[in-house]
This record gives sequence, C-alpha cells and structure tokens, in this order.
Amino acid sequence: MINEQKKKRLRRSMMFLNGQKPSLIKDPYIYKADSLMFDLEDAVAVTAKDTARFSLYHALTTIDYRGAERVVRINGLDSDLWKEDIRCVVAADTELIRIPKCENKEMVLEVEAEIEKAEKEFGKEEGSVLIMAALESAKGVMNAYEVCTSSPRMIGIALSGGDYTKDLQTKITGTGIELMGGRQQMIIAARAAGVQCFDTVWTNLDDMDGFRRDVQMIHDMGFDGKSCINPRQIDIVHEIFTPAKKDIIFAEKVIREIDTKKAQGIGVFTVDGKMIDIAFYDGAQRTIKMAKAAGVYEGDL
Amino acid sequence: MEIKKPAVAGTLESSDCLVTVEPGEGKVEFSLDSTVIHQFGNQIRKVTLETLDNLGIDNVKISIVDKGALDCTIKARIEGAVFRSVDQYDNLPWGGAIK
Repeated sequence: MINEQKKKRLRRSMMFLNGQKPSLIKDPYIYKADSLMFDLEDAVAVTAKDTARFSLYHALTTIDYRGAERVVRINGLDSDLWKEDIRCVVAADTELIRIPKCENKEMVLEVEAEIEKAEKEFGKEEGSVLIMAALESAKGVMNAYEVCTSSPRMIGIALSGGDYTKDLQTKITGTGIELMGGRQQMIIAARAAGVQCFDTVWTNLDDMDGFRRDVQMIHDMGFDGKSCINPRQIDIVHEIFTPAKKDIIFAEKVIREIDTKKAQGIGVFTVDGKMIDIAFYDGAQRTIKMAKAAGVYEGDL
Repeated sequence: MEIKKPAVAGTLESSDCLVTVEPGEGKVEFSLDSTVIHQFGNQIRKVTLETLDNLGIDNVKISIVDKGALDCTIKARIEGAVFRSVDQYDNLPWGGAIK
C-alpha cells in the first residue's frame, strides 16, 4: 500500500550526501534537513560504486536519522549499476529512490518494476518505497507531466540545473534566467499532476545573498523545496519555506472570516484591508498546514 | 565463502578504515592498526570476527587500518573487500550474509 501521507510529507530541504564517505553519512541528521539524499551516482567514484553500497546499507539499517527522510539517488539507467543499487536500498528500508536523468514514463516504469521485484525478494510491504525523478535534460523537462503522472509511487520531480543547462547549451549564470522556462514548466506539470516539485542546487557557496534570492524566487514560484549541498544552506531554506507569524495570523483570519461570512450568505469582503473571497481559502489552509508541518503553529485550527 | 585473491576496500580518511583481505593459511589471522586501539581494539576485533562469521569465512588474512570508523563502516569495508576478492558485484545477499 502506498502511504499518501508519506508522499505529501514536508520536504523543504533535501541535502545531498556522498554515499562513498562514512564521515558524511554517519551523523548528518544534526543539520535538521527534512530529507537526506544519499548519493550513489555522480558523487561516488567509479572505483567505489560497489563499496559505497555496503556503507549505505549498514548506515541505513543501523543509524537513527531522527525523522529525516532517507532518500537514495541510484545510478543512471544507462549504467549496469542501478538494479543492484535498488536491491541494496530496498533491502535497507530506504523511503524514497531518486531516478537521475529521467526523461520519460518508460524510465520510471523500469525503476518501478525493479523496486517491486526487490520488495518481494526482501519481504517488504509492496509500495513502501516511493519514487522521485530528476529532470536533467530538455527532453526530460518537456516530458515533465508524463513523468509526474507515470506511477502511483511518484512523489515529485526535481530540476538538475547543471546537466539541464549543458543540454540547453548555456550555463548557470546565478540570475536564474537560464532556468526560468524549465522551472515554470516543471512547477505547472507537478501541480497539474498533484505531486511535489524541487529546485536544483546552488553551488556558489561564497554567494549566500544570491542563494537567498534564488530560494525566495523558487518559493514564490510555488516550489516545495530546494536541494542543498552544504549545511549552511538549510536554515535559509527553512526560514523562507516556513510561514512567517504574520502570514499565519492572516491565514487564520481568512479561514475564520470565510467560514463565518459563508454562513451569513456573504461571498466577498475585506480582511485587514484586502479583498477576500473563496479563492483565498485553499491558500490560507495551505499556510496553516505548512506551519503545522514545520512545527511553528500554535493556534487551534 | 572462500577468499580467492587479495582485495582492498575503504580509505584512510577520518571515520573510515582500510581493510585488506588475502587467502589465509587455514585460519583467521587478524591484524589491526587503529588510532583508537586502546579504547576500541577489542570491539573492532569482535565486529570483524562477527562479520567474517556471517559471511562464512574461516580462512583469511585480514588487516585493518582504522581511522575511527563506526562499527557499521568496519562491517561495510570488510564486506566490500571480501566481495571484491571473489569478484561478486551483483545479486549480493543483502539482509542475509550481509547484515
């Protein structure tokens, strides 16, 4: 059974960790990212692909990651490694598998079939392992909706900016201009499919102001979270993705007023000088839901 | 399992260890060089023997250079070296001999 609650969990920050390095995978929960993404793909040297799996298997089965979601990025479907990666991480009870360089529905179905096989082999509940897909090419972004709707296990899509801009024949500029169309296309596709959408990493660790602007922008675009490569980035992401006190208070007023006015037969009115009607209801509820998920809600709604 | 050829896994980075296995001479020969040998030498030896036992290995020369690895890392590096020594990279016994 696929757990819908687990599919929709809070994923503001997803921190990449090199599966090859014991020093990185032994205690990353101290940084309090919502999700920890253990990498078996690009971060792991070709000569360490086999040994990284053993490290990851024992880390996942021994270490208590204290509520952080345990995600594993497997090797690409063009390699001869990904099927064993899936056996390893399904046996180790990982919660979510990230497919790199995903371009279409067929790729998701191939991974899904291997996960199902592994769940049976290792006696895991069917549907216990969820899937997300990284879109890293123009073709992947064009097929975003197809990927989003490809499997009931699919929780969402993530942009991988480095490979995507290479495919576009441009580069990461720091302004976001090169990612604009891709990001917009992805968030629309994800929302249309009812799944989540995650943004690419910010690699310039010396430019924290640029990082903050980037996170604010993708938050305003509607993204659910950001991939992180350094613990310093996590607090900024959480700050921007957690509703501020004034937003929570306003959302509470909107919900209460709409409920009251509806009973009185009034459709449109003002709250704190702003026009409000039923169209604002879902947004206000989402704010409260986010605040609850982030553990900052103190009201009684 | 039988160790077929010498194999190495791991690194000398902090929190890691470097494990070397070679075909043995009828028994388990264990040698350890560790930055924390006085506090954890016995524990590392115990984890090593347990891991070899799980893998069904009783004939091996195993040497470990430890840089403060957790038990789970020591296990992983031993298994890494053992499966390299028999050239097995697929269909590994996750949750079975690897546990």
